[in-house]
This record gives sequence, structure tokens and C-alpha cells, in this order.
Amino acid sequence: MPQVTLTVNGKSHTVEVEGRTLLVELLREKLRLTGTHVGCDTSQCGACVVHVNGESVKSCTLLALQADGAQVTTIEGLAKPDGTLHPMQEAFREYHALQCGFCTPGMVMAAIDLVQKHPQGLSEREIREGLEGNLCRCTGYHNIVKAIAAAAEVMHGRRSEIARAAE
Amino acid sequence: MNVVVPFEGIGASVRRKEDPRFLSGRGQYTDDIVRPNQAYACILRSPHAHAAIRGIDTAAAKAMPGVLAVFTGADMAGIGGLPCGWQIHSKDGSPMAEPKHPVLAEGKVRHVGDPVAVVVAETRAQARDAAEAIVVDYEVLPAAATMEAALAPGAPAIHEGAPGNICYDWHLGDKAATDAAFAAAHKVVSFETSNNRLVPNAMEPRAAIGDYDTATGEYTLWTTSQNPHVIRLLMGAFVLQIPEAKLRVIAPDVGGGFGSKIFHYAEEAIVTWAAGRLGRPVKWTADRTESFMSDAHGRDHVTKAELALDKDGKFLALRVSTLANMGAYLSTFAPSVPTYLYATLLAGCYTTPAIYAEVKAVFTNTVPVDAYRGAGRPEATFLLERLVDIAAAEMGMDRIEIRRRNFIPPDAFPYQTPVALQYDSGNYHATLDAALQAADWAGFEARRAEAARRGRLRGIGCSTYIEACGIAPSAVVGSLGARAGLYEVGTIRVHPTGSVTVLTGAHSHGQGHETTFAQLVADQLGVPLAQVEVVHGDTARVPFGMGTYGSRSLAVGGSAMVKAMDKIIAKGKRIAAHLMEASVEDVEFDRGTFRVAGTDKTKSLAEIALAAYVPHNYPIEELEPGLEETAFYDPKNFTYPGGCHIAEVEIDPETGQVQVVNFTAVDDVGRVINPMIVEGQVQGGVAQGVGQALLEQAVYDAEGQLLSGSMMDYCLPRAEDLPPVGVATHTTLCTHNPLGVKGCGEVGAIGSPPAVINAVVDALRDYGVRHIEMPATPQRIWSIIHAKRPAAAE
Repeated sequence: MPQVTLTVNGKSHTVEVEGRTLLVELLREKLRLTGTHVGCDTSQCGACVVHVNGESVKSCTLLALQADGAQVTTIEGLAKPDGTLHPMQEAFREYHALQCGFCTPGMVMAAIDLVQKHPQGLSEREIREGLEGNLCRCTGYHNIVKAIAAAAEVMHGRRSEIARAAE
Repeated sequence: MNVVVPFEGIGASVRRKEDPRFLSGRGQYTDDIVRPNQAYACILRSPHAHAAIRGIDTAAAKAMPGVLAVFTGADMAGIGGLPCGWQIHSKDGSPMAEPKHPVLAEGKVRHVGDPVAVVVAETRAQARDAAEAIVVDYEVLPAAATMEAALAPGAPAIHEGAPGNICYDWHLGDKAATDAAFAAAHKVVSFETSNNRLVPNAMEPRAAIGDYDTATGEYTLWTTSQNPHVIRLLMGAFVLQIPEAKLRVIAPDVGGGFGSKIFHYAEEAIVTWAAGRLGRPVKWTADRTESFMSDAHGRDHVTKAELALDKDGKFLALRVSTLANMGAYLSTFAPSVPTYLYATLLAGCYTTPAIYAEVKAVFTNTVPVDAYRGAGRPEATFLLERLVDIAAAEMGMDRIEIRRRNFIPPDAFPYQTPVALQYDSGNYHATLDAALQAADWAGFEARRAEAARRGRLRGIGCSTYIEACGIAPSAVVGSLGARAGLYEVGTIRVHPTGSVTVLTGAHSHGQGHETTFAQLVADQLGVPLAQVEVVHGDTARVPFGMGTYGSRSLAVGGSAMVKAMDKIIAKGKRIAAHLMEASVEDVEFDRGTFRVAGTDKTKSLAEIALAAYVPHNYPIEELEPGLEETAFYDPKNFTYPGGCHIAEVEIDPETGQVQVVNFTAVDDVGRVINPMIVEGQVQGGVAQGVGQALLEQAVYDAEGQLLSGSMMDYCLPRAEDLPPVGVATHTTLCTHNPLGVKGCGEVGAIGSPPAVINAVVDALRDYGVRHIEMPATPQRIWSIIHAKRPAAAE
């Protein structure tokens, strides 16, 4: 069987895979990183989004072999080693942007990439359009959009912390 | 030093306890679990809607690499069918047709996706490869893909024992009184509508792992379920004949349900049975394509509705005739959805004195249809709220005024409807007023004019709804055909050092129970939130409970917890009385402290718990040690949330595209424990309602092929399809449960579809549009716009 060598969340792995093995299968089944989810079989839902060399990618749409030599970050690799959450994770909690949690890892990874690509900031409409590749069936997106807007402020240094306004 | 303790009790928007694990990838959903030596199942499904199976050749599949076994219906011949949990009787008193629902097809397949065979192999890929090598000799039969086709003369018979493909022909209400009211009416308004068939599409596909312990003879099933005890009961007692004591069902983290994970599915029985046969754990995980053709679908009604009015616009009577699609087999609770969860809701918020509904349930060669978020209540609300708008237009009355004129007044509760329910509380004027103000209904015409200058057609619509949830009083539903009780269980376990474990039969798959229930217990027992843990979803840890659906978890499950806490407090008082040498009657309890009334003598809950577990100084002769209580709560009535939803839409006449630009929900869900979670539940429900109104439809072709069988073909709402959803609550308390709560899980999906369609019709008022069917797709709207010139322009 062919081998693939890749770095996942800062740790190097060399794994034997079938040619048809998808990156998401490698992550979930070989590396047991089950935070990355599979919600569909047509690359529609985005539950499997991870970062490959810093870009958000649907890991159901990439063969494992195509990730040879890549730097991969999954939801498990976002928080600091001391457990401090990434501002996007923090914002999702603060704004109640998740319910069942199944779409959440992909949504968070996609949102981070979206914010990073828009250092000048994002309007509500731009956030909604930017989430085109991610489905959530629980929240109606209302709080996801708010969370991303709040996280963007912190990620770009315009605010120091995620804090939901008093209700 | 003053320590500021954040308020975390009833009414606080506490951030969720479950979130850190979900946000860091540490949730444990069924497919995340790997059992030692686990094998994988792949299910071969019928590609035909209706066919006889002349033979199945599994020889090539069995010879494929890694294959452990291939099973067909013949191998499972001694196994029971999937049971139905609700029996409806027809008008003539006869029981519904209840054909067997085999786990694997027995001689015939009846819908695309019907399971035919199962391969178990060492890997997922090997199982799939081998399934493709199974050769099934089908004799394709004519299919009845729609109710119309199933009811036509000479239609193919889907089941023996269901003549005419009829499951039941049921009715409710006083036909004679209704007919008389129609005969005397000033005006009769009628319309026909279908309620579009939906696919629930929880983001986590269904999955199951069966395991068998050869040492103890105990089976364990991990499954994506909303109600593990119900699955244990149905599968153990009716399908596999495994006694409860030898069967454990675990529903771990579950990624959304919306009803579709209530039901007992064939795959659960298959993996459990196969694990026993093979002596190895067997896992099955649906891919999304399988979900589309095997998860129970929702809605799918065709209805004629008529409203009789007097000259002042007062509703005199309502007459409804509905065809309800059951699909190819009866799913677990399917018969109840278009009957007791539907026709009983037809009074809505109104004083309509006479109502008669008849419902014919029909078998078709499609996936079984069962409860989906709202279950029957969205169907009732849609036809009623559309009919009210149509009536207002045809009476020349204001849409709001006709509602006000017919509302059950706030001082009329408890209110007995003509369709069996007795509403306990509500204030429909209050929720309407609040919504009109929040949505700036009065200022709408200026916005319409502004949109017109941009070339857009803008419309506004409202729906004033009630629903019945918090299901349900066991004796009542039993008399209506339910084959189960619908109480809930709660155990409060106060540990020796004062932390608390809560066991509940309710199951959280997104609702945030681990937070809300902990808040409730923290509030009532005066324990810090961080010291309360909620356990759910495991029949080996939790006493027999009925699970989560019908917005019941807090109203029924929370009430069980209150009962159990009452027992804890009562016992604690006796212990405290002993320790403080007072009489029990003189001991008071308030938020964690037992006090001898009028003195400064106190004991904390933790001190009482320690005394209960280390009973050295303890009334041991009259009181058992320990501090743990269980209560079962059977509700006295349904609960009746209600409210008003207002949608504002803009239509691009060039494309027919509808954009919901504002959405306002004001709901009465009773007492609110966590406002943040309630708002989230309403927003999510509204999203599904907007999806039903504008985007979603399961489509079959005439041969019974599911055309909308993937997320590329079935249009789920994405972020840009939805508006911000403004949510407010206006509370009247439920009068019959100890918390005064009503439930918030389904209101969004019930109230919103007619609000959206009423707004779309309003936007198109110059085109003479009376009604638009759901989903109001661009194609549908464009066709209307381009078929007719605006009336104003002629």
C-alpha cells in the first residue's frame, strides 16, 4: 500500500493508505482525530473542513495521498496547549453558535479561514455568503454569524476579548 | 472579601456546559466510537420502488476480501418486524391496516432504499465493495409513488391486508354540527393545499454499533437515537426478543434529530443481531445518500379546508379533509402524526365552535413518513393560517383584525376546544401586539413603497399559532391508541460531599439539556452549577425514560426532576431536624440551606448529604441512609405554547427569488430557564420553517425514484438564505406542571411557514394571487409573475 507523510496539528505521521482513502478517513480512522466529521457524500455540508497548508479544505474532497507533505490543522489542534480556546471557538461558545455540535468543527475551521482572508473586516452579508460551503441544521446561522463577527474583531486585534454584550 | 457569584439559576443565559467538548473536537458521536475488533456493515438497498425479489445470489460477495458474512431476509426470517407504536382506528371502528415491516426485505421491496441484504466485513470499504457484488433478481412491479397514484382504481397493491392502499380512514369532531354551521354561514372560504414532503437532514447521519459480550450474553447497541429506552423496548421485546436486562442501549452525543431519530430503524436491529451471530462488534454508518432514502421523511399532506364565517368575520365552523402519506411501511409513530398531533390543533388560537376533520392515511412506494419537527402541528397551522388570510381578503377585512376578532380571549382559560384539547393558558393578543410592534407592522407600507422604487415586490405576513406539546398524559394517549406511556423519569443523586448527578430519560441532541437541567437543579438545590452533572442517553445508567421529542424534555423531564428534588428536600429536612434537634415542621429549606425557622441554626445541603452517607448521628431507625431520589412524572395535560410570527419578504420579479428580509418571533413558551438557549431553539426552528416555505421538497418521479436524494438536489437553507431572526418571549405560565414551562423546541418550525407564505402572497397581491404552494421556489413565483400582468397595470 502507498504511504503518505503529513504533519497534523504539529505532529508528523507516516501512514499506509489505500489509493482511494480520503483525507477525512485518514484523520478519523487512522489518526483517530474524530473531531472532523462527515455529514454528506457530495461535498455539500462542510462538516469535514480542515486547514491544509493554512487554507480551509473539505477533507472529504481530497485523497489522503494528495496531502503528502502537507501541514494539516484540525479542530483538535486549534486550542493552545494550555487549553486556551482560539477566539473563534470562544466566540462560538459565547454567542451560542452551536447546538448539536456536529457541523461545528467544520464551521469553526471555515470561519477562521474566512476571517483571515478578510483583514479589513466582514459585513453580515459577507459572512453569510462566506459560509456558503457549510450547512448547519440547528442554529439558523443567526448566532454563527454574530460569533464570526465578534471573533474577527479579536483576531484582527481590534478588540481584546470575546464578550457578548449585556442582554 | 465580597465574591461576586454570577447568577446561574432559572432565567440566566448561562453559557453551555457541553460546548467545550464540541468546540475542541472531543464530542463522542456514534461513528467516533471504535470497539475492539470492530467489523463494518454495508446495507444493500433496493434500487426499485416496488419489485418482487426472485432470488439473491450472495456467493460472489461472500468470496470477496475481508467479508465475514452476508445476510438476507431469509437469514433473519425468525426475527420480528419493526413495530408500530400507535394504533389508529378508522371511522367504522376497525383497526388500521398494519402490515409487517421486515428488517430485511422478505420477498418484496416497497421503496427505493428498502434494505435487502447486509454485508459484514473487516473494513468499511470491503463491505461496500462486496455489497456491489450481490446479485438480486428483481421483478419490477408498477409503483404508486404518490397518494393520487396509490388511490387510483387499479393501483398496485403495496401490501396484502391494506385494500386500496388505505392504512386508515379516521375522523374527529362533530360532523353534524359543522355541516349545520356551514349551511347557515354568511360566507364559506375554501382552498386546497399540499404540505410539502421534507427530509429532516440532521447533520449527523444515522449510525449504529452492535456489540455482544460472549461472557455475559449481554448485547450493547450504540445508536443515534433521541430515546434509547424506547429503542431497547421496541427492539428487545418485538424484534430480537432480547430481555431488557441483557440489552443496553447507548445514545451518546447525537448530532441533531428533529424527530428523525425517534424511530426504531432496521439498521439498529441488523447490527445488534449480526454482532450476536458473529461474536464481533458491527458498525454501520449511513452515508448521506442512504439517509435520504432510509430516514423517515416528514409532512406530505394533501388537504381541502373550508371555513364558514358570519357577516362580521367570526369563524363559525371549519371542515378539513386530508390525505396523509405514510410511505411504504408504518414508521414507529407515523399513524399519530396526521391524527392526534394534527386534527386536534385545528382550533388554533380561535373560538371556532364546530370543527370536523377527516384523514385518510395512504401507503405509497416511498420512504416511510413520520414525525419531523412539529409533527402534524405545522401542517394544521399552515392550512389554518393560510385560510384565515384568504378569508380576510375575501371578506374585505384586515388580516390582523380578523384574528383579533376570533382569538380565544385571555380570560377564557382553561378553554375547551371542539377537537378534544383543553388549553390551560395563553394570551394571544399580547403576543400579537408585541410582534406587531417589534416588526413595525404599522410602518410597513413605507418599506413596501421604498422596495418598489428599487424594483422589488415587498410583502409582510403573520401567523398566530398555538401548538400542543410536552407530550403527554399516558392515560389520555393510551385511550387514543398509543402503545406506550409518555411520562418521564428523573433521578437526583446528591453525593456525600454535596455535588449532584442528575439522571434523566430525556436525551439531548442539541437542546443543551446538560446546561438547562443543571441550571434547574442548581437553582432549586442551591448547588453551584459546576457541581451538577447531567447524565442521559444510557439505559444502563438511567432508569426507564421515554426520551426527547414533542418539546417534552423540560415540561415532562424537568418536572420529574422537580418531584425528585422535592423528595430530596423532604428527606433532608428530616435529617436536618435530627441534627439540629428541632421538629421537622420547623425546618425550612432555601437554596442550599436548611434552617430552623426563626433561628440562626443552619445546615448546608452538603452537611446533610455527608450525614446521610456517614450516618453516625442519624435517625437510622426511621430513615434510610443515602440521599438519592427518583421520580416519574406523568403530565396532567399537554402544554400549549403559542405566539405570533411575522415575516417580511422581498421578491425580485426578474428571477422570482424570494428573500426573507425580516423575521420576528414572539413566543409564549411558559417560564424560560435559559433565554439564550430558548432563542437558539426558536431561531433554528424558524430556519427549518423558512426552509419548508421556500426551499425544501422531497421529490419522487412517477416510478418512485427519489430525485431529491442528495444535498445537491434537496435544498437545505444556507446562511445567505436566511435573515437574522428576532426572538422575544411573552410568558403565561403553564398551569399544570410545577415549573410553569411549555416547551420551545418546535414553535419555530410550526409558526413560521404560514407567516412566510402569507408574506409572499402579500408581496404578489397585485398579481391576483390567492395562494402559493410550498416551497415557493423562484420558478413557481416567476411563473406567476409572468403568467399575469399586475392587476393594477391593466
